[in-house]
Amino acid sequence: MALVLDILSWVFLGLGAAFLVIGGIGILRFPDLYARMHAAGIIDTLGSALILIGLAFQAGLTLVTLKLLLILLFVQFTSPTATYALANAAYRSGFAPLLSSKDDEPSKP
Amino acid sequence: MTKTLLHAISLGILLALVWLGLSGFFEPLLLGLGFLSCVAVVLIALRMDVVDHEGHPIHLGWRIVTYWIWLIWEIVKSNVEVARRILHPALPIAPCMIRVKATQDSELGHVIYANSITLTPGTVSIVVEDGTILVHAIAREMADDLETGEMDRRVTAVETRPSRQSGEA
Repeated sequence: MALVLDILSWVFLGLGAAFLVIGGIGILRFPDLYARMHAAGIIDTLGSALILIGLAFQAGLTLVTLKLLLILLFVQFTSPTATYALANAAYRSGFAPLLSSKDDEPSKP
Repeated sequence: MTKTLLHAISLGILLALVWLGLSGFFEPLLLGLGFLSCVAVVLIALRMDVVDHEGHPIHLGWRIVTYWIWLIWEIVKSNVEVARRILHPALPIAPCMIRVKATQDSELGHVIYANSITLTPGTVSIVVEDGTILVHAIAREMADDLETGEMDRRVTAVETRPSRQSGEA
């Protein structure tokens, strides 16, 4: 049983680490701020969630797991708010996103 | 006033549960101190006038939980899709901006919808105003997915009482 939990835990930790690295590569490869936020979104959502779930499997049914799940919940609530604040500030200060075709850009506010 | 009382009681219970979960103390003295701190926090929150349907949305009930389960699956799917595009040698992205309608009644509904859009990699909400959301998408396909309006319908359904919802459907 402990072996199964260990394997599950390492699968989640490994997958989470992979998504963190992919998110990092994305931040380097994507062309501008707005596109890079999508790559950062991978780290915020699946990357952090998989790592925390993997750690929860290590901790077992204890209060530590409860705390890890609370962290997961709070991160999922706060990270989109922070991302919105960043994107909104960039857009309102007139930083234009790189778009593939100019014609589908909605009018500025 | 009774609504505020209901919110205050529910906030107090939630605070007590979080206190128990985070401290792990069960001795009478510490339990009593924890209880007092919970009551103090509820009183301060009442005085700050932040105990309402926005700060503590109990009226959403279990519908928000079923919505979260659907949302988690959407997040996983779009994560894999964006990860594929990042690792693809040709970097197949075509950033575009679209405006989607937010059909929710309250600001809380708009916030849930806009945050859900941002949580799904591939789409980020940039401006929320006048019942519309300006969205930056990493590729046309992601924008098309959003424009089907399924997420919008589901968030609106979370806000709507089941009786009204069945009448509409």
